[in-house]
Parts: sequence; C-alpha cells; structure tokens
Amino acid sequence: MSEPILEMRNITKTFPGVRALSDVSFRVARGEIHCLVGENGAGKSTLMKVLSGVYPHGSYEGEILLSGSPQRFRGIADSERAGIGIIYQELALVPDMTVYDNILLGHELRSGVTVDLNGTIKKATEMLAKVRLQLDPSTKVRDLGVGKQQLVEIAKALSRDVKLLILDEPTAALNEDDCDNLLDILRGLRRDGVTCIMISHKLKEVIRIADTVTVLRDGRTVRTLDAGKGEVSEGILIQHMVGREIDDVYPKRTSKKFGDVVLEARNWTVYSHGLGRTVLKDVNFTVRRGEIVGFAGLMGSGRTELARSVFGNPDGYRVEGELLVEGRPVRFGDPRAAIDAGVAYASEDRKRNGLILIQDVKQNITLANLRALAARGVVDGNAETKVAEDYRSALSIKTPSIDQKVLNLSGGNQQKVSVAKWLFVRPKVLILDEPTRGIDVGAKYEIYTLMNKLVAEGMSIVMISSELPEVLGMSDRVYIVSTGRITGELPVEEADQEKIMRLATS
Amino acid sequence: MILKDLRSALRSNIREYGMYIALVVIMGIFTIATQGIFISSRNIANLLNQTGYIAILAIGITLVIVIRHIDLSIGFLSGFLGAVAAIAMTAWGVSTWIAILIVLVLGTLAGLLTGYLVAGVGIPAFVASLAGWLIYRGALLTVTLKTGTIIIPNEDFNAIGNGYIPDILPADTAFLPELHKLTLLLGILAIVWLNVRAFQERASRQKYGLEVLPGDMFALKQLFLSVVLSLITWVVAGYNGMSWTLAIVIVVALIYNFVTTRTVLGRHIYAVGGNPEAAELSGVSVKKITLTVFGSMGMLCGLSGVLFASRLQSATTTAGTLFELDAIAAAYIGGVSAAGGVGKVTGSIVGAIVYMSLTSGMNLLGTDISLQYIIRGAVLVAAVIFDVQTRKAKS
Repeated sequence: MSEPILEMRNITKTFPGVRALSDVSFRVARGEIHCLVGENGAGKSTLMKVLSGVYPHGSYEGEILLSGSPQRFRGIADSERAGIGIIYQELALVPDMTVYDNILLGHELRSGVTVDLNGTIKKATEMLAKVRLQLDPSTKVRDLGVGKQQLVEIAKALSRDVKLLILDEPTAALNEDDCDNLLDILRGLRRDGVTCIMISHKLKEVIRIADTVTVLRDGRTVRTLDAGKGEVSEGILIQHMVGREIDDVYPKRTSKKFGDVVLEARNWTVYSHGLGRTVLKDVNFTVRRGEIVGFAGLMGSGRTELARSVFGNPDGYRVEGELLVEGRPVRFGDPRAAIDAGVAYASEDRKRNGLILIQDVKQNITLANLRALAARGVVDGNAETKVAEDYRSALSIKTPSIDQKVLNLSGGNQQKVSVAKWLFVRPKVLILDEPTRGIDVGAKYEIYTLMNKLVAEGMSIVMISSELPEVLGMSDRVYIVSTGRITGELPVEEADQEKIMRLATS
Repeated sequence: MILKDLRSALRSNIREYGMYIALVVIMGIFTIATQGIFISSRNIANLLNQTGYIAILAIGITLVIVIRHIDLSIGFLSGFLGAVAAIAMTAWGVSTWIAILIVLVLGTLAGLLTGYLVAGVGIPAFVASLAGWLIYRGALLTVTLKTGTIIIPNEDFNAIGNGYIPDILPADTAFLPELHKLTLLLGILAIVWLNVRAFQERASRQKYGLEVLPGDMFALKQLFLSVVLSLITWVVAGYNGMSWTLAIVIVVALIYNFVTTRTVLGRHIYAVGGNPEAAELSGVSVKKITLTVFGSMGMLCGLSGVLFASRLQSATTTAGTLFELDAIAAAYIGGVSAAGGVGKVTGSIVGAIVYMSLTSGMNLLGTDISLQYIIRGAVLVAAVIFDVQTRKAKS
C-alpha cells in the first residue's frame, strides 16, 4: 500500500452528553475510492466535519495527517487550502446564478478590480469537461436537474485543485442513470489521481465502486475492508454496520387480503403553471384496502406531483379528472380536506417540508390532528403527551424524551416521527414518498415492518420509491410512471427490475 | 450542591433567564445611579404605564415575527386609530365604549387587509406594511389637518391611560393605610396561582417521565419569582395601586399567552413559523393563520392607539411615530427569532419593560436624548447577540 494521503488517528469528538466519535482511526491511500459506511448516527458525517475543519482543531482529540504532515485546521478555508474538497448532501449552489459563476464562487478570477468573465467561462468549461457535463456554462443552476447540479458541485471542487474529494451521500437524490454516470466520473477522477471519500447508504454502489470500505458503528471504526481482496459483499457490510445479521432486507407479509378499492383516480391530468407544462396526463390508478401499491419511475417522472395533486393540491396545479375515495367522488381544496377524507401524504423531503425541526417530537406527532386532542380549541396537554408516548414506543422512536427537538434525531427516527404524525390521523390511504431515503438499514427494516403491519390492519399504502429493490420487495402491485404517464401496471409477481426499468424509460 | 445545581440550571436555561437577569441588572444600576428614585413606587407606576402601548404592540408583533413576517405599519396605524377614537367622541358624539369598539374593529380590518396582501396576493410583508406606514401616516395627518391636536374631554376614556382601579376598602382604613388593598390582593392571588400552576405542571411532567428542574432548583425558581412578584405588587400598591393601563396589559398578555401556549390556534401559529411548507402539508392553512395573526396585530394597534391617546388625553399629529420600531426592538430583546417559529409573548413584554426601563432610567439621569438612542441601539444589538450565541451553544 502506498503512503496514505490521509491519516486520522485516534479521533475523539464529544458533544454535550454524547460521544459522537471515540478513538476513530481512518487511513485513506492515495488515489483510491474509499467508502465510508455505517448506520445513521454512526459518526460518518461528524468524522468528515472534523476532517474538513467545520469542527476546528482543539474541539476534538486526535491527529490529522495529510501526506504525513500534521494539520490543524481552524476552519473550512484551511482545509480547502490543503486540497480537501467536500460536497454535502444538500447542495451548496446558488440557484439563480449561472453555472460558471457557481463554479468559481469564492475563488473568482479577476482582471484588475473586475471579474474576468472570459477567463471564468473558459475555466468553467474546462472543469465541466472533466465531469463530462455538456452544457452551456451560462445556464442558470435553477434550470438543471439534481444530477447535473451534483456534477456542477464536483466541477466546483475540482476548480480548486482538490486532492481529496469528500462526497456525502452523492447519489441519495439521483436516479439510476445519473448514479451510473456519477460513479463513472468518480472512476475517471481516480485515473487523474484524485482521491475520493464517499459516504453512502447504497451498498450496491459501494460494492461497485469502492477500493476500500471503512465501516463505522456507534462512533467507532468497526473494520476496514479491502475490495481487491474480495472482502466486500453486501452481507458482510450489513453485518458489520448493524452488528447483527439481517436475514432478509424485506420482511415477509403473513397474509395478503385485499378489500374494495379505497382510492381511485380517473383521467387525472395535472398542469403546472410554474413549469409551464402538463406534468401528468390521463393517469388512472386504483388502490385497494390492505394493499401496498408501488409507484416506480425516474426522478422527475411526475410521481411526487401525482401524490401532491391528489393530496389537496397545495402547489396550485390546474387539475382535471376524477378522484374517488371509497367510490365517492371527491375534490380536495387543500391538504386539510384530503386529511379529513382519510388521505395522508408523508413527503419525500422530511427536513424541508415534512417536519418542523425546531419543534419537539410530541408537537410534530400531533400537528396534523391537534383537534382530536382539543376541547373548544384548547389542547389537552396530558392527552397529547400520552399519544406521543404511545407512538414513541409503538414505532420505537429513539429519542431521550418526547420533548427532544426533532432536529436532534437521526434520519431514521425523524422518518418514524413523520410516519407517526400520519398514523395519528388514522388515514384510509397513506402515501409515502421515498419513505426510506437517506436512512440506514436497521431503520429501513423497521419502517418496512411497520408498513406490513399497517396494511394487515386494513390501511392502504401508496409507496413512491426510486429504489427498485424496495419497490419489488414491498409492493403488491406496481405502477410505472414515465414522463407524466402511467406506462405500466404489474402485479409484483410479474415484475422485475429489468421490466420496470424498460417501462420507466419508455 | 445548591450552587452547582444553580449553575447548571442557569446554564441550560440561560436564554430564558438571561432577559430577567438583564432586567434586574438594569433596574439595579438605575436604582443606584438615581439614589433610589428609579425604584420608587411613583416612578415604577409611571414606567409601567408608559410601557403599556408599546407592550400591547410588542405582543402582536411577536406573533407576526414568529410567522416570519413583519409589520411596519403598526405605529401610524395606532396613531391614526387613536385619532379616529378622538374624532368619534368629539365630532360624532359617540360614547367612549362605542368609540373603542369602532377603533378595534377598524384596526382588525386594517390588519386583515395587510394580511390579505401578504397571504393572498403574495406581496412581501415588508413592502405591504411599508405602504401601510405611508398611508396611515397620511391618514393621521389628514384627519388632524383642520384641528391639529384634538383634545379629548371624555373622562372615562382618559381614565384608561391615567386612572387606577378602585380599591375594595376606603383609603383611610387603619389596615395598611399606605397601600392599595385590591392591588395587594390581586398580587397575592397571582403569586398563589403561579405557584400552584407551576407545581401541577411539574407533577404532570414527572408523571410522564419528562425532564424537570431538580427539586431545589424548582423551589429556588419559584421563590425567586414569588419574591419578584411580591416586590412589584408592593411597589405598585404603594402608589395609587394598579393602573387601568397595567390591568389591560395584564389581561391581554394572559389571553395571548393562553392562546399561544395552550390552544390549537397557537400551535398552528408556531408550526407555520417553524416550517410553513410542513405546516401546510399537515393540514394547517398558512393563509388563514397569516390572516389571523395580522388581524390580531391590527386589533392590538387599535388598543394601543386608545391607550396612547387616553394617556395624552388628546390625539396628536405625530402619535405613533416610531412605535413600530420600539415594539419590534422589544420583541427581539424578548427573544423572538427572525428565522421564525420561536418567541414568547411573555418574553416580548419583559423585553418591552427592559426597553422602557432604559428610557425611563436615562430620563431620570438627564441623559442627552442623542446618547439615549445610541445606548438603546447598543442594548438591542447586545440582546440579539446574546440570543444568537446561546442558541448556537445549545445546538
């Protein structure tokens, strides 16, 4: 093994009341792709924040060595200067600025006192070529899809001569094509001598791309595995991550009994004023009692728009078509009406529009159905506490107390809070939009188990998911959405990844 | 042991207690500097009466800031509505109570109009309410154009800003002759009620295994609160007793505190402030909440205008000038966050008292007005820095 480009020795980082990292050691060889995996809360992001100087020298114990020389970063500027670039899960681009301005943001090329526009465009074009992104650099970032934005971020990092590129869950929001493309580009960077550290929950990708994998669990290094020696497989990774063996990623349903149609849409057509186009055309679907219906498709195919237009249309789309709940035609003016009629929707981005992060677990759980806890508008505090405690234990939400702000919970537990909120309204149909995005294997299993339990009790679930194995593992029936149309409907027994992919791209 | 608990309790609740500590420190400094005049019954009574119209606005603006908006129009709306009340009583000859009712209704309508521009049309609150600032200022000048200052002859009306609640026993009773007995009784009832409530709340939290202060700290906190309330009661009872202004502020504060902390509406307001998109998707109508909050703001402008006009016993051409900024400053000193979703009504009232204490103390000391502005600005910045820092340290 060549001399390591990075060595972190015995890193310990504590927050008030929590030890986030204890005695973690982490070595990255020059020119490799090193994946960092672990459950949410295992300490991956904290470790990377220590490395990038977000937590400055002195706020943690241990040493950081870059190419053998010790580093004391006081802030991100220091680590950038040392050649470390970090790309966060939430992209840090300015949407209303051009691609070239974004790439050179903070490192603008000057000619005299003004910005050197031609130089900027030239440099940006070079960087875009490195990430094989063909587009006009004067495009606004807002007009790009998530996949392309990700690549612009990478181009931005490359423009600063990074030697060590850190990517925090770069593929979480990408569809399969964009994912493949990104992995290809990382391989290209490896050829050019850039070392990459990638944090990911998608183990299949990790297996495809990693030279080395380090597994963290509960703030400690569990194992470093060498892919070249064939030490990396999904089973082994999961075993190290959770410290136990998970026999089956998808829990089995004990019985499948479907009742009448609960939710039905007929010729559902949705026009978005914002996008200036029809996002859904003549969509028909049904959901039966006790059924999990999967909606598969690529990012941007219109699945989220479908869910939101059904769920009281908060985006103000122009909607045509018929919607029936238990056979009765309905028309929801706002989400409240949908909720009252028994339709609930847990959004895909729980941090942005699912939860109120600065409020506590209890308040988030009861928000959608506070009236049930109130007499003449006054909330019964004791009843509320009881409800919140019941859901905490029923969904095993890991939190010190129901008074804890949701902000301080891990992704998986936040998702459970979001689900608990909707369970409390006792819906007939629960629409889950990407229910397991960005959460770890253990929490996923718990969410799946819960879904099975709910349908067994007679609820119906609509699951929108971009992860095909999940769609296949959980659904009873699958609709495939492509560019605003339903291009296929398959009972799960007849579906496989290839069929779905073909329909999703048709 | 107690000291150690005290330190940790203070540290973990520094944001909540910081303001009270600041208030005590400021009052202490002024008391020493003025050789006790500041803390005299007469001065404190005056101070609380002066705070009235700002405290009322601060309560309203707190909720506006909590839902991530702002309302700059409140100062001149308050001034204009004060003038409307004066005209209603003098020119139209309606009774005091009808005049107040008219003003509250007009205020609510004006607030709803701003709210509609913000929530219905989608105009930024800053711009919509800046327009209101200009319009109400013009309206105030228009209605006072012919007459200039309008003198209000109604005694009932003027008592609101200058009068005191009646006593239960005549003043010459031998029992505690220097003190206002009803004020004393109300103070004692408030202290008992506060302690009982705190004890019930603690017991109920314990029952559910939620975090509570350690026993000695809880006792210390309640003792401290009781002592402070007793002092205030004693001081206020020592000079004519509770003023109508103070009584009104207390009632409004109790109502708003109840609504914000205990009701569905209050929860929905904080939910909209914390994350409007999530609130909307949880079935909370952001539009309705915005309208409600601005409507309540407008109504409180009416009340504030009545308090101010009554205090001056007249409506003037400059009534309401800079009220909005004083109220906003009070809310920020009181710990409301511009990021939304955070801020208590009680905090803003204490913020208003802190702010007015500064003014009152410096006036007593004869501090030059130019220096007063600078010091008030510095205190505002210091309060918000403290707020931001403690928030950071916590997360």
